Amino acid sequence: MLGTLTLLLSCQLAGELTARLLHLPVPGPVIGMVLLFVGLLVRGGVPEPLQETAGGILRHLSLLFVPAGVGVMAHLNRLEAEALPIAVALLGSTLIGVALTAWVMSVLSRRGPDAESRDAEDAP
Amino acid sequence: MSPDFHEIWVYLSASPLAGLTLTLAAYQAGMWVFERFGRRPALNPVMIAVLLIAATLMVAGIDYRTYFDGAQFVHFLLGPATVALAVPLYRQFQQVRRSAVALLVALLTGSAASALSAVAIAWALGASERTMLSLAPKSVTSPIAMGVSEQIGGLPSLTAVFVILTGIIAASFGTWVLNLVRVTDWRARGFGLGVAAHGIGTARALQVNEVAGAFAGLGMGLNGLVTAILLPVLYRLFFT
Repeated sequence: MLGTLTLLLSCQLAGELTARLLHLPVPGPVIGMVLLFVGLLVRGGVPEPLQETAGGILRHLSLLFVPAGVGVMAHLNRLEAEALPIAVALLGSTLIGVALTAWVMSVLSRRGPDAESRDAEDAP
Repeated sequence: MSPDFHEIWVYLSASPLAGLTLTLAAYQAGMWVFERFGRRPALNPVMIAVLLIAATLMVAGIDYRTYFDGAQFVHFLLGPATVALAVPLYRQFQQVRRSAVALLVALLTGSAASALSAVAIAWALGASERTMLSLAPKSVTSPIAMGVSEQIGGLPSLTAVFVILTGIIAASFGTWVLNLVRVTDWRARGFGLGVAAHGIGTARALQVNEVAGAFAGLGMGLNGLVTAILLPVLYRLFFT
């Protein structure tokens, strides 16, 4: 737990330093994620303690959104003034995103080598 | 109010302890409501927690900055949590390597469509530039979305609100829109939810089907990466 938390923070720190030193337009934690991902590829597996700690943090991922979400208080004026464009943009773009991604993926993989493993018949 | 009580109140409302405790308690209340009423997507625990906290702060007359001074300890963990996404990404990467081309094309299409359509619709309906920039990364999990938003000149805390709303919209209407476009492949259905609606979409996909959940998790991780790299580049091309 303590060791893997140190590993996660080290990856994040290395990511922040890389982003700053090389002036990359990518958030430090994302570079940290790539670093850890490459590390796992090199190692060829996920160590048990890392699996546990990562699983524990990600299970409660939605808790971590809460403090930033309360920021809605600070933006009530803007949300009220621009309610229509915000509502339509969120609803429209989300439905377009879900539908288009799934549609492109299903069309392309139908022609691919995975076609036989498709379970089209019993989908909801 | 007695002077003693008043002093205690002043101390508590200024210390990190109150904000931190309030955050955890409100989230658990949100989880309780979510579980108690049949895990309905509309009763998202984050949304409930946010509303509870906002209402408490307003009633108690505490401003957001004071609250956030305490809650930032929870907020800080978003960084290590983002790094930890490498673990599910790695596990599913091994499993889905075979459909790599279909995944990659669908990812780039869906990622671009989510961001561009959000900005385009907002622009067409007369939104301000700040709002449009805050909307652009809203399909990505919030630690990444907030980082990108800050970099391109949006408001990270406004983006966080948009991220949560996006997840709730996809969890509520995702099944409907996927049936509408007649996609029956579980892998594709899950991937669509993950790419367009991050962790909340992934949680929804997991509720329905395990394969869909695995592909949703992959979609969330990959779109985080793509958006973090592409949006700042696009922003520099178009806005500066």
